Amino acid sequence: MMASSYSAKEEDGHHSGPAGLGAATRTRKPDNTAFKQQRLPAWQPILTAGTVLPAFFIIGLIFIPIGIGLYVTSNNINEFEIDYTGTDMSSPCFNCSQNFSWNSTTPCKCVLSFYLDQPFESNVFMYYGLSNFYQNHRRYVKSRDDSQLNGDERSLKEPSKECEPYRTNENKPIAPCGAIANSMFNDTLDLFYINPSGSKTQIPLNKKGIAWSTDKRVKFRNPGGSNPNLTAVFKDTAKPVNWHKPVYELDSEADNNGFINEDFIVWMRTAALPTFRKLYRIIQKNNNMTPTLPRGNYSLEVTYNYPVRSFEGRKRVILSTISWMGGKNPFLGIAYMTVGSICFFLGVVLLFIHHKYGNRNNSSDIAS
Amino acid sequence: MTIPKDIPEKWFPIILPLKRKKEGLSNSTKIRKGTEEERRLRANDREYNEKFQYASNCIMTSKYNIITFLPVNLFEQFQEVANTYFLFLLILQLIPQISSLSWFTTIVPLVLVLSITAVKDATDDYFRHKSDNQVNNRQSQVLIGGILQKEKWMNVRVGDIIKLENNQFVAADLLLLSSSEPHSLCYIETAELDGETNMKVRQSLSVTSELGDPNNLAQFDGEVVCEPPNNKLDRFCGTLYWKDCKYPLSNQNMLLRGCVLRNTESCYGLVIFAGPDTKLMQNSGRTKFKRTSIDRLMNTLVLWIFGFLVCMGVILAIGNAVWEKEVGALFQSFLPWDPPVDNFLFSAFLSFWSYVIILNTVVPISLYVSVEVIRLGHSYFINWDRRMFCSRSNTAAEARTTTLNEELGQVEYIFSDKTGTLTQNIMTFNKCSINGRAYGEVMDILGAQKKRVQPLDFSAWNPLADRDFCFYDQSLLEAVMVGEPAVHEFFRVLSLCHTVMSEEKKEGVLVYKAQSPDEGALVTAARNFGFVFRSRTPGTVTTQELGKAVTYTLLAILDFNNIRKRMSVIVRNPAGRIRLYCKGADTVLFERLHSCSHELMNITSDHLNEYAADGLRTLAVAYRDLSEEQWEAWAERFNGADKATDCRDDRLSAAYEEIEQDMMLLGATAVEDKLQDGVPETIAVLSLANIKVWVLTGDKQETAVNIGYSCKMLTDDMTEIFIVNGHTVQSVREELRKSRERMLESARTRDGGKEVEAQGWGGACAFGNGCGAGGASNWVSNESKCSPPQAPPSSFLESISGEFALIISGHSLAHALEADMEREFLETACACRAVICCRVTPLQKALVVELVKRHKKAVTLAIGDGANDVSMIKTAHIGVGISGQEGIQAVLASDYSFSQFRFLQRLLLVHGRWSYLRMCRFLCYFFYKNFAFTMVHFWFGFFCGFSAQTVYDQYFITLYNIVYTSLPVLAMGLFDQDVPEQRSLEYPKLYEPGQLNLLFNKREFFICIAQGIYTSVVLFFIPYGVLSHATQSNGVPLADYQTFAVTTATALVIVVSVQIALDTGYWTAINHFFIWGSLGTYFTILFAMHSSILFNIFPKQFHFLGSAHNTLGQPVVWLTIALATVICIAPVLAFRFLKLDLKPQLSDTVRYTQLVLQKKQKPCGRVGRGVGGAGVASGSALGRLGRGGSRRSGYAFAHQEGFGELITSGKNMRMSSLALASFASRHSSNWIDTLRRKKHANSTGMQNTPPTGEDSAASSQAPPLSTSSSPAGKAGQACYEYVLTHSPDDIALSVIRSPEREVGEYSTGTVQEAPFVWKGTGARINGASSPGPPPIAEETSSGE
Repeated sequence: MMASSYSAKEEDGHHSGPAGLGAATRTRKPDNTAFKQQRLPAWQPILTAGTVLPAFFIIGLIFIPIGIGLYVTSNNINEFEIDYTGTDMSSPCFNCSQNFSWNSTTPCKCVLSFYLDQPFESNVFMYYGLSNFYQNHRRYVKSRDDSQLNGDERSLKEPSKECEPYRTNENKPIAPCGAIANSMFNDTLDLFYINPSGSKTQIPLNKKGIAWSTDKRVKFRNPGGSNPNLTAVFKDTAKPVNWHKPVYELDSEADNNGFINEDFIVWMRTAALPTFRKLYRIIQKNNNMTPTLPRGNYSLEVTYNYPVRSFEGRKRVILSTISWMGGKNPFLGIAYMTVGSICFFLGVVLLFIHHKYGNRNNSSDIAS
Repeated sequence: MTIPKDIPEKWFPIILPLKRKKEGLSNSTKIRKGTEEERRLRANDREYNEKFQYASNCIMTSKYNIITFLPVNLFEQFQEVANTYFLFLLILQLIPQISSLSWFTTIVPLVLVLSITAVKDATDDYFRHKSDNQVNNRQSQVLIGGILQKEKWMNVRVGDIIKLENNQFVAADLLLLSSSEPHSLCYIETAELDGETNMKVRQSLSVTSELGDPNNLAQFDGEVVCEPPNNKLDRFCGTLYWKDCKYPLSNQNMLLRGCVLRNTESCYGLVIFAGPDTKLMQNSGRTKFKRTSIDRLMNTLVLWIFGFLVCMGVILAIGNAVWEKEVGALFQSFLPWDPPVDNFLFSAFLSFWSYVIILNTVVPISLYVSVEVIRLGHSYFINWDRRMFCSRSNTAAEARTTTLNEELGQVEYIFSDKTGTLTQNIMTFNKCSINGRAYGEVMDILGAQKKRVQPLDFSAWNPLADRDFCFYDQSLLEAVMVGEPAVHEFFRVLSLCHTVMSEEKKEGVLVYKAQSPDEGALVTAARNFGFVFRSRTPGTVTTQELGKAVTYTLLAILDFNNIRKRMSVIVRNPAGRIRLYCKGADTVLFERLHSCSHELMNITSDHLNEYAADGLRTLAVAYRDLSEEQWEAWAERFNGADKATDCRDDRLSAAYEEIEQDMMLLGATAVEDKLQDGVPETIAVLSLANIKVWVLTGDKQETAVNIGYSCKMLTDDMTEIFIVNGHTVQSVREELRKSRERMLESARTRDGGKEVEAQGWGGACAFGNGCGAGGASNWVSNESKCSPPQAPPSSFLESISGEFALIISGHSLAHALEADMEREFLETACACRAVICCRVTPLQKALVVELVKRHKKAVTLAIGDGANDVSMIKTAHIGVGISGQEGIQAVLASDYSFSQFRFLQRLLLVHGRWSYLRMCRFLCYFFYKNFAFTMVHFWFGFFCGFSAQTVYDQYFITLYNIVYTSLPVLAMGLFDQDVPEQRSLEYPKLYEPGQLNLLFNKREFFICIAQGIYTSVVLFFIPYGVLSHATQSNGVPLADYQTFAVTTATALVIVVSVQIALDTGYWTAINHFFIWGSLGTYFTILFAMHSSILFNIFPKQFHFLGSAHNTLGQPVVWLTIALATVICIAPVLAFRFLKLDLKPQLSDTVRYTQLVLQKKQKPCGRVGRGVGGAGVASGSALGRLGRGGSRRSGYAFAHQEGFGELITSGKNMRMSSLALASFASRHSSNWIDTLRRKKHANSTGMQNTPPTGEDSAASSQAPPLSTSSSPAGKAGQACYEYVLTHSPDDIALSVIRSPEREVGEYSTGTVQEAPFVWKGTGARINGASSPGPPPIAEETSSGE
C-alpha cells in the first residue's frame, strides 16, 4: 500500500495531537453505556402481513359474535315508552300542559292508559324522560353548591356564587341553591294495572335504590349531622323558587328526606345530553311465578307539575327490564357487528392486495 | 509545518448589537456610530480620546444580570406569541361569564413552561458571563504614565500603548509602534482572523520604530486619523500626525485583535480600535437566532391552527346565537341568562371567548417545551456519542445549540472550509521521482497483501533527523547511501532552494520556520535524507551533507511568485562551481528544460500524473550549471533590473526567465496535504446522500483544486471543470454563461447515456455492503433510476446529466455575487456536482452561503475551523466548528463542534436523520392527539346549547397534555429509531426524505389533523350512541354527564396510547415504562380524583365523586371503549399496512431486512457486515490508487512571494545570527514596499492567468482544468480522454505502479506514446485507432 493513503492508526503513532493525551489528562470519552450510545435493547415491531392481517381477522372474529350476543340480549329486553307531554289536543294531559302556572296550588292531574303486549318478567325500571332539556348547559351544570349539598353548614347559610340567580330568595339563602335544584322534576307518576275485570291495582313503586350509592352515602348529606329534625336545620333557608314545598318535606321518611332524597339526588346528577331519562321508580319482582308486569292494560296517573311546553320539551315515561349489560341498547350490538364485519372484510381485501401487489420481493433477495 | 499554538483561548466574537444599544451609553454611542466618519485619537492622551466615546475593549455577550434577569427574561418570553397567547387566555378565564375552565388549567402549564425556559436562559447567560469575564480579565501591559502596568483587557482604551510579548494574543487592533526585532519587524499568526496559518510580517513606521523603550513611548503623542471601524481585514488607511509630519498608515502597520505574536520577543502598539470596534468583532457578523425549518413550519401551522380555532369559535358562537334565540330564550324559566347578558348576540359573543378557552388545547402549550426537551435530548446524544469522540485531541462532539438538531437531517448543501477542515494543514513529503525512478510507494512482494511497513528510522545514521518525519520506502534511503548522484543532487536542491529559516537553539536541535508548509515538508525531507539545512545568512547557506558541513555562497534567490510558479537559487559551492537550482510547477519547468532531459521528463511527467491523480501536491526539481561568465553576465543584467525604478518587476522576471533555461530535470516531489481522516469517504457518503459539498477557501486556486482532487470532490472522470476567474463583471458573466452553455450542450449529447450512468451510480451506492448487498443495490439502483424523471425536466438544473465542477476565484465571486448576476451564478453552481471557491474572504463565504440559503430553500451547513469561517458558520442554517488547531473561534460561533471532518457523516446521517425523524413523528402525533382531544368539545357543543361546556373533567383537561400523554410521545421523540445507525451510513439514500421534507410538511400535518378530527368524531359519537340509551346493570342510566366524561376521557387516553404504540418503532424499556405508566397513571389519578377522600376535603373541586368507580365497573362502558378504539385505529392500521406493502420507503425496507436477518440469526449477517466495513476501507484504498487519469498538474504551493528578497536583504535575520549585517544594505531598504507592490501586481496578474497549462500550446492538452473561456480546449479534451483510456499507454500507467516490475521495461512505451499525447493531435488520432481494452476493463484491472 502506498504511503499516501490514509490510515488513522498510522498517524496515531507519530503525531500527537495538540491536547497531548498524557496519562494525567482525563479522557473525556463519553461513557459506553447502551443508553448514551442509543443502543438500548428494543423491540422493533413492524407492520408485516404476518401481523396486520391476522389482527384484522381476529378483530372481526371477536367483534361479530360479541355484536350478535349484544343484539340478541338487547332484543330480549322489554321496553315501553309513553309520551305524556300533552301537546296534542287529543292527549289527556293537554289541559294540564296548557293551564300551567308555577303558583297554582291545586295540582293538575291526568290519566293515560296503555297496553303492554308483552309481559315484563324481571324487575321493571320506571324512568321519566325529558327531551330538549339542557341539563348539560354550562351555566346550568355549574349552578349548584356541592358543599351545601354535602351538608356544610356554612354553605347552607352562604351558598356559593355559582348558584346565582337562585342563591337567595327574600334575603334568605336558598337550600338547595342553584338552577339545577330549582328546576327539579316534580311530576308524580303512579302506575295502575287494570285487571281484566276492570278494577285498578296500584303497582308498588320502590323509590329507593334509584340513585348512585356513592351519591346517596357520601356526596349528599343533610346539614346538622344526625339531627333528625330537618325543619329546624333548614329553618333559616328559603325553598327554591319553583318548588312547591321545602326540601325537608320531599319525603316522609327520614332517610329519604332533605338533600338525601333520592329523587333529588337523581335529578342533581345532570344528564350529558339534552334528551335523557332518569330513573324514577323500581318495580320489584315479588314472586317467581308471575311476571312483574303482566300483559294487559295499565293506566298512568300523572300529577302534572312540571312545565316543558315553554321550551318545547317532551316528557315521557319509560318502563324497561334490564339485562347484564343494562337496558335496551341495539346500537352497541349493531355497531359491533358492523365493525367486526368491516374488519374482517378489510382483512380479506388487504390479503388480496398483499398477494396481488405486495412489494416484498426484496425480502426474498435478502433471505436467499 | 504547522506552527504549534498556544492553548486556544476563549474568544467571544459574538457581539450583540442589541445589547450595546441597551447599555447605558447607548445614546451617545448610537449617535457617534451614525456619524463616525473618521477616527481621531491621540496616543497617551486618555482625556482627549474620551471626548469621542469610543467603545472600550470590554466585550459583553451576556444578556442579563441578577436584577434584570426576571423582568427582562419574562419580557422576552412574553414576546413569544405562544406565551402571550396563553397569558391572554389566562386573563379571559378570570372573567366568570366567559370562563369555561378553571384558571389552573392554563396557569399550571404556563408557569411550568416559563420556568423551564427561564432556568435554561439563566444557565446560558451564566456561562456567557463567565467567558466574558475570562476574556475581559485577561492581562495586558499598558503604558500608563510612562510605566508598564498590568491592566485587564477590558480596561484598555483607545489611544493606550500596550506591550505585547511573544505568543500573546493581540488585545485590540493596534498600530505597531516598535518591536524588539530588527527593523521593527514583527511576526504574527492570523489564523484566528483569516485561517491562514503561515506567519505574516508587520513593520512599524520607521519614525516610531526608534521609540524603543517605554520612556520614549510615554512621550509619544502622535495623533492618528483613520477610517471608522469596518470589517475589512486586509485594508487599513490612516495617517499619523507627529511632530508636524504626516505619515501614511496601512495595514502593514497594524496588528489586529485575534492575531498571535510569534517569533517576536515583544512589541508596542497603539490601540486604534477596541472591543466591538475591532476588525475581528466587526467581521464576526451579527448573531442571528437560528430557527429550523420545522420551527418555521410549526409557527405557520400554529397560526393556521389559531385561524382554525377562531373559525370553530365563530361557528360555535353563531350556533350559540341561534340556540339562545330559538331555545335558550324559552328555556329561561329554568336557566335565566347571566346578569350582563340581555340578548342572544351578547351571549354568542361571550360564548365565542369561552370556546376559545376550551378549544385552545389544539395549540398545545406544551408543544414548545416538549420540542425543546426533545432537542435537548438529541443534543445530549450527540455529546455522548463515542463514535464522534476524537481520542487524539480528547474532544467529544458537542452540540452547542440545542435548537437545530432536526435540521441536521435535512441538509442539502455543505459549505466547507479547506484548511484545517478537510485537511489537517500538515504537509508531508510523501513520494518523489528521481531521475525517472519513483520512490515512496511501498508494496509487499506479494503485491496483493499490502502491509503497512514500519517507517524508516533515520535517527540511526542521521542525528539531525526530524523524528516526526515518516517515509516508508527503504530504496530511497539505500539510493542515498549508495551515493547515486541524481538522488544527492535532488536532495541538495531541496536543502538549498527555499526560503526557510532555521533556528538551532541547541546544537543538533533544528527548528525550521517555513513560510509555507510545503517548503517545510521538503526541507525536512532533505534533512532526513542527510542533506540538512542548518543555517543561512543573507549570502550563504550552510548545509550538512551526509554529515559533512558545506557552506554554499548564495548568489541570488529568484523568488517565487504566482505567475512564475517556481523559485530558483543560484549558489556557488565550496568548489566554486555555480549552479542554479530550481523547483516549481511541472508545467512551467518542463518548458524550460534542456533538450536532453526530455526523456526523463516523460517518465517524470507520468509519475507526476500519478501523483496528481492521488491528489498530491507536486513540484518538479531541476538544476542548471552556470559558467562563471554566464553568471556574471546575468548578474549584471539582474542588478540592472533590480535597481530599475520603472517596471522593476517586469524587468526582474525577464531577467529570471533568461537564466532559468536549459535546465536539467532531476525529478519531482509529491507532498501530501494531509487530509483529515476519512475525508474522501465522508464526502463520498455525503454525496451519495444527495448532499452537495462546496469548498470555500481562502487558499489559492491550485491548492484548492488539488485538495478537491485528493478528497475526491473532483475526479478525472468528471465531464468538465469550469474555472471562472474573470476580473470584470463582463468576463465573469461571460464565463458563467459559457459554462452553462457547455453544460446544456453536453446534456444534449449525453442524454442517451443517462440510464447507464444511473445504473453505475446505483452500483456505487451499494459499495461495501456485505450480506445484504444484493438486495440493497437493487433497491438503490431502482431508486436512482426513477429519481431523474421525478424532477421536472424543464428545469435547467435537471437537464444537466453530466458531472461538472465549478471553480471560481474570489475576485470573480465578488462580481458573481452582485445582485444582477447572483441568480446566474447560483444556477450554474447548483448544476455542478462540486463547487470550489478559492481566495474568498470571510465575508464572501457568508455571502455565498446566504445566496444559496435565500434562493434554494435548502438547508445549508457550513463547516470550518478558523475565525475566517465564523461569518459563514453564523450565516448557514447550521454551523459546524472543527475544534482543531486554529483556535476555537469557529467552535464558539458554531452550533455543533467536533474535531474531525469525518464525524460530519455521523452527525448528519445518523443523528440528524434520527432527530428529523423523531421530531416529525413527534409533531405528527402531537397535533393528532390534541385535535383528537379538543375537537370532542366542538361536537359536544351541538348538544349542549353551544354553551362551552367541556366534555371532560377540568382536571383531565389540565393533566392530559402534561401527564397522561406527554411522556410516551417524549420517549418516542427521544429514542425512536427506524433503522439502526450502521444502516443509515450504509444506505445514505435514507437521508433523502429529510432533504425533501417528506416526513413533516403541510400535507402530513393535514393528515394528522384529519386523523385527529376523525378520532374526535368517533370518540364523541360512539359514546353518544351507546350511552344515551344504556343503563347500568342496576338500571341507573349511564347518560349522565359525569359518566359520559369519564367514558370519553378513558377512551381518548386508550386510543392515543394505542396510537403512540403504533407510532413507536423502537420500544425500549423506557418506552414501555412510559406508555404503560401513562395508562396506569391515568387510572390511578382518575380513581384518586374521584375518591371520597378528596371529595370530603374539597367537595366543590372534586365533585366527580364515584364516577370512575361507577362508570368503569360497567361492561357496557368497556365495550364502548373497545369499539371506539378499534374504529379509530383500524383504518390507520390498514392505511399504514397498505403504504408499507405497496410503496415501502427505503427505511421500511431496510427495517424489514433487519428483521428478517435478526430472525434468521444467520451468521452471515454478522460476517457480512464485517466484510462490508472492510469493503468500504478497501474500496477507498483502491479509489486512492487512482485510475490512469488524464494529464493534470498536481502543482500547488502555499507560498507567498517576497521572502527571497527578505532573506537576501537579511532583514528577517536576528542580529546575533547575522554575521554580515552590513551585507544587508545591498538591496533597497524599503523592501516591504516592493513586497507590497509586487503582491498587488501579482494578485491581479494571477487571476488573469489560469494556473495550469494555460501558458502555451499545452493549454489545450491540460483538459480537466480547461477554462470555460477556451471552448477549443474542451473539444481537445474530450478527444484526449478517449485516447487515454484506450491507448496502451494507459495500461503502462497502471502497471508501472506494481513494484515487482521494472519501470524501465515499460518506460519505452510510455516515452513513445506520451509526447504524442502531449503535443500533437496526430497522435491522438493514432491512439484512438489503436486497439486497446475498453475503459471499464481498465477500471477493474486497476482495481484488483
